[in-house]
Amino acid sequence: MTDAKLPLRAKVASSVSRTAGALSRAAGRGDGSVIGGWLGLKIDPDLLAHLAAGRAIALISGTNGKTTTTRLTTAAVGVLGPVATNSFGANMPTGHTSALAKAGNTPYAVLEVDEHYLSQVLDATNPHVVALLNLSRDQLDRAKEVAMMAQLWRSALVRHPQVRVVANADDPMVVWSVTPPVVQGQYVQGPQVTWFSAGQRWHDDSWVCPECGSTIQRNGEQWWCSGCPMRRPQPHWVVEDDGVLDPGGAWHKVTLQLPGRVNIGNAATALAVAAEFGVRPVDAVYRLRDVASIAGRYAQVQRDGRNIRLLLAKNPASWLEAFDMADEAPTLLSINARDPDGLDTSWLFDVDFSPLRGRQVLITGDRAYDLAVRLTVNDVPFQHVRTFAAAVAEVPPGRLEVIANYTAFQDIRAELDRVN
Amino acid sequence: MSTESLRIVLVYPDLLSTYGDRGNLLILARRAQQRGMPVEAIEVRSDQPMPTSADIYLIGGGEDGPQALGAQRLLADGGLHRAAAQGAVIFGVCAGYQLLGASFFAKGTQYAGLELLDLRSDRGPSRAVGELAGDIDPRLGLPPLSGFENHGGRTHLGPGVAPLARVTAGIGNDGATEGAWRGKLLGTYSHGPALARNPALADLLLRWATGAHQLPPLDDTWADRLRAERRAAVAARV
Ligand SMILES: [Zn+2]
Repeated sequence: MTDAKLPLRAKVASSVSRTAGALSRAAGRGDGSVIGGWLGLKIDPDLLAHLAAGRAIALISGTNGKTTTTRLTTAAVGVLGPVATNSFGANMPTGHTSALAKAGNTPYAVLEVDEHYLSQVLDATNPHVVALLNLSRDQLDRAKEVAMMAQLWRSALVRHPQVRVVANADDPMVVWSVTPPVVQGQYVQGPQVTWFSAGQRWHDDSWVCPECGSTIQRNGEQWWCSGCPMRRPQPHWVVEDDGVLDPGGAWHKVTLQLPGRVNIGNAATALAVAAEFGVRPVDAVYRLRDVASIAGRYAQVQRDGRNIRLLLAKNPASWLEAFDMADEAPTLLSINARDPDGLDTSWLFDVDFSPLRGRQVLITGDRAYDLAVRLTVNDVPFQHVRTFAAAVAEVPPGRLEVIANYTAFQDIRAELDRVN
Repeated sequence: MSTESLRIVLVYPDLLSTYGDRGNLLILARRAQQRGMPVEAIEVRSDQPMPTSADIYLIGGGEDGPQALGAQRLLADGGLHRAAAQGAVIFGVCAGYQLLGASFFAKGTQYAGLELLDLRSDRGPSRAVGELAGDIDPRLGLPPLSGFENHGGRTHLGPGVAPLARVTAGIGNDGATEGAWRGKLLGTYSHGPALARNPALADLLLRWATGAHQLPPLDDTWADRLRAERRAAVAARV
């Protein structure tokens, strides 16, 4: 939709939003996407709905992988034409408003959505498709518990039976959230679901069936409830070796610049979402290899003869993935517990750090001592350093892997001149 | 100790292990092994019978649904009660602490607890989230408690238990006292891997389990630094 078609109030708000974004960037306050959207919403709370109208939209939500999957999906849908997206990870309604206002007239939009805001953004944007990746523990001191989040999603989807859903068959919480509830013996009409299987390493948040409270049983990739009919649906899209099997049975090799099996899974999801817009995987798969790094994630930087690679890990599930991606090389771990990270560091004991044994391990960050105690219990030797520069000086020339949680990652990225 | 090795049970990790609670098992096992004690670590899922002859039972935190389910299964199983009667050490954290009492609230409903400790829990006016610190009952001879709490409950102690600590930061049971103990049973709102920040408390559980009056000291440099840093963080906020 162009500005000319917007109601006057929305038009003013949209223009203010863009101007504020530019001002915020000029003032050096980050990328401007959040503050611009916030000012826009102050003027017209319906601005997001106005900006969304007339576009075919995909929403991407879940605890892990949503930023990367959004970026890959944007690349895949790009086969069809210009795509608006919130590429800086500003994933709440203000960020969506800002992204759509800034993008101007695009026929498509792919938006990453914070899982707490999915219901609100579904209502505002009336999307064509919603992708639901996973639900795991994250920011335990204030985030909703996993089962409550699944309930929120379920209630939101019941209000949007026409939306198409691309959902993770391997996560019982996700499967339950898209399964329509039974009301007075009748199944409520549910959305049309395309299932994908991207391989899921983390299972500790889904031992109890959210439907009936019985134990979830597992055998290989299969899972089923011991007390009710809940079980793993047959996936339409499946990760197989270093490629993706599509619903027609064709296998597509996936070549990415992003490391790790988890990103092959994210690519499979992106292809499944793009297919809901009519994009053929054979046309989209080549575009995925253009994605090199996402807001600094996976970025590689040369510094003093070291090749430094940045990996973001926010919660136990993503730490496991980061260990899998990282090379056998000196590794710096950095942990903060500021507001965006969550104040509680208990999750460190949900992560098994033993894959790091045998590597040179350095630790830093506000909460390095929490990490020190954890590594000691885990029998992983380490050195504590006060600064990122000290870490670089402590390792020999060559690869340095950096794994950090959210604000620690941003601190290091700032030291490397906001590398993208 | 009941056998030649120290047997430590992690109770229902499928239900009650939301906040890194397995850490307490790892820490106890390591501290015992460093003193040359062989350890048998046993994780008992909620669809398995509870062994009655272990030395230490660890009950962790969990969401409302799993907490209620855990209490129901422990009551039906009866194994933990038999273990307690035989003098086992039981350490409950957060939801696992609440369910040792007579009753607790989950999802707005009152549930029966195990009645192993004389206390009951209800809902407080607000969620208690943040650093928790307190001076521990002098009879236990431990340095101050340091932890993190995250719970909506308030716990009221009966005459059959003593508070674990007097609160100096945070809420604990009710803003004044924190946790409870009786005999070899001990519970705290310091959640998740509570023993990571309280190695002396870990050693108390090991002494209770083994009957040893003293244990050889270990190198707790990093835990001491963590405790000092957290103490400074709490002080800076007041
Ligand atoms: Zn079930």
